[in-house]
Amino acid sequence: MTNISVSPHVRSGLSTSTVMRDVAIALMPALLFGVFVFGLRALIIIAISAVTCVLTEYVYERLMKLPVTVADGSALVTGLILAMNLPSTVPFWVPVMGGVFAILFVKQLFGGIGQNFMNPALAARCFLIISFPAMMGGNWQAVGNIFGADAFAGFAQRMSTLTVDAASAATPLAVLQGGGEVDLLQAFLGIHSGCIGETSSLAILIGAVYMIARGVISPRIPAVFVGSAVVFAFLLNLLAGNGVPSVNYLVGQIVSGGLLAGAVFMATDYVTSPITRGGQWIYAILLGFLTALFRVFGSSAEGASYAIIIGNTLVPLIERVTMPCAFGSSHKGGAVK
Amino acid sequence: MKQRTFRHGIHPARDGKAYTKDAPIQEYRPTGEAVYPLSQHIGAPAKAIVAVGDEVKVGQMIAEPGGFVSAAICSAVSGKVKAIEPRLTVNGRKSPAIVIDNDGAFTPIPTLGEERDPATLSNEEILTIIRDAGIVGQGGAGFPTHVKLTMKEGVAPDTVIINAAECEPYLTSDYRLMLERPEQLLSGLRVVLQMFSAARGVIAIENNKPEAIRLLNKLTADNARISVCPLKTKYPQGGERMLIHAVTGRDINSKKLPIDAGCVVLNVSTTISIYQAVCRQTPLISTVMTLTGDGVNTPCNVAVPVGTDQAELMEAFGGLKGEPEKLISGGPMMGNAMTDLHVPVVKASSSILAMMQDEVAQWDPSPCIRCGRCVRACPSRLVPAMMGKAADAGDLTAFEGLNGMECMECGCCTYVCPAKRRLTQSFKFAKNAVNAARRRAKEAADAKK
Repeated sequence: MTNISVSPHVRSGLSTSTVMRDVAIALMPALLFGVFVFGLRALIIIAISAVTCVLTEYVYERLMKLPVTVADGSALVTGLILAMNLPSTVPFWVPVMGGVFAILFVKQLFGGIGQNFMNPALAARCFLIISFPAMMGGNWQAVGNIFGADAFAGFAQRMSTLTVDAASAATPLAVLQGGGEVDLLQAFLGIHSGCIGETSSLAILIGAVYMIARGVISPRIPAVFVGSAVVFAFLLNLLAGNGVPSVNYLVGQIVSGGLLAGAVFMATDYVTSPITRGGQWIYAILLGFLTALFRVFGSSAEGASYAIIIGNTLVPLIERVTMPCAFGSSHKGGAVK
Repeated sequence: MKQRTFRHGIHPARDGKAYTKDAPIQEYRPTGEAVYPLSQHIGAPAKAIVAVGDEVKVGQMIAEPGGFVSAAICSAVSGKVKAIEPRLTVNGRKSPAIVIDNDGAFTPIPTLGEERDPATLSNEEILTIIRDAGIVGQGGAGFPTHVKLTMKEGVAPDTVIINAAECEPYLTSDYRLMLERPEQLLSGLRVVLQMFSAARGVIAIENNKPEAIRLLNKLTADNARISVCPLKTKYPQGGERMLIHAVTGRDINSKKLPIDAGCVVLNVSTTISIYQAVCRQTPLISTVMTLTGDGVNTPCNVAVPVGTDQAELMEAFGGLKGEPEKLISGGPMMGNAMTDLHVPVVKASSSILAMMQDEVAQWDPSPCIRCGRCVRACPSRLVPAMMGKAADAGDLTAFEGLNGMECMECGCCTYVCPAKRRLTQSFKFAKNAVNAARRRAKEAADAKK
């Protein structure tokens, strides 16, 4: 007896798990660079975060007698993105708490994969920043001359200790907000303090190119997000009476802080970004505007995470007003006459 | 030069054309009984005009159109009418059919195959010939061709498009016909152009068939009214709406007909059937089929008399390889899965595709991750992810609000979905439910009057 099913009878080779695997691969340059810069603590935090997320999903689904979905890789990706967003100086219970919050409260309680209305990793990061501001942003691991002649010895030394040179080194973004200038090349390469996976723009861009080449993401959201953030940073500084911002300041907005990592890995999260083309434009411009707004007027130097979270909540509304015009229909979004 | 095409659509990973694209069309004469379902077209079923025990000849009309939107059926074999009874058809249901005991002699009716000069015929005469020859769209839908060619007062097409895209993977019958019978195709097109003096003829071919493009370009070089239009190779380029868009830039939706865009669209086989009926006095009694897939021993293209048992046909041309998991009538994107090969070849049959492995059964659907691939694939520019949610929730109002009725069931969204959701299945179900509700509402309204 032959099989019967409705057409089509062929399928592409793509699956949810292959997509998630590609995202995880794309995260590797940024995370491995984080381990290189910050050493053993960073590696352990990444591992704890990933294991916590996967374990939380597994335990919850077993307890609730739901199909176990850890094999699709989405919980792993959440864990990796959460770790990317944590300073290397946090105590080890912080990624545990963040991972449980991300998977249990943001993802599973809203129905599991595809149902969460905020990016789980980012929601967890914001939860941690609000709850533990000192740990999440007041204490950065100092970064020395990591590419010097004794680079390898330095790395070996960083991999052999859990104690941190806890110099409260200011992040480049904080320097910029304070009116200073930063070395843009150093910032681009990631030789500065910051969260584990967001310091190196280069590493993040390698991941972005990989995901674009593999068809996992379109460049639309990241490019428009970053572009509009710079434009709005320019405009809002004028509006705030800060004068014309310098090129160093504007480029610094891109290569330092969480903007690029957020634009590439978090704003492009399928579940929490619009699926309509017009919606993606509006969403990305909105994120750029909010990021600039928070960075220019906010008390914290950062702004990308909150911008994305707020943007996430507006996705259903954005999609509603950007429904595509069906083929052969004359007016936007309306029913075909 | 920018290639003519449409927005969105997909490029299936395996196009499967290599199996049969170089296999010349072979002829087959069936030995077993011939079965003619009375409903093998869109519209009212045909009405049998023979009775059990009657002798019939090749080319003889055995069922007349059951209304305006209906088609005649002619016998492709000679012999005695054995029964008029429900028989299993390709869609898996039994439906009334005329069964003829094939005597193997293939005795024709007197005029069969005789030449006729179309220039001597009026439009009405041509339409009558086409109707009585039982010609229907052989691209799959089976819409009666004489209905398509009958124009309202004051309406005339400016473009007659020959749909030679053959965008379904695996199928090569139209390609082979273009290479082997290009004169018949052009003669058929000329008959249609004779009916519509203001129209130009365009043969639209996907550019993965360069030999066909070259040949037809050569043959039409000195014909001012006929041109060849190469199209980008992309599925569903041969969808009527996509094709009209690519050739003319005009867009129609589900509530409109090609003629609203000034177009008449005819498939390659259908056009050759018009030639056969008008110029050779031969009704639609034969169709070219591609027997293909990794589940057949010898992939080939065969001209098959309508009514032939598909199992007999398959045996005659090498048979199946072991036990394929799936048998499809038509292409892999829009074809029908069959439980049994003992079903008759109908006018719109285009292939038997046997697959050793059923890809669909290898995947279980998982939750939608809203990746948006379906949105980027949908040639109708819909949002399948949302339509799927509405359809699965049984929310037909929401489904209609999302323009779900514009879905043409091409299967692109289902093909690309990484969560392996059965979107097309949900849409077919929802569309049927909406249509049924509309019919009920109309009947209720009519009853009140």
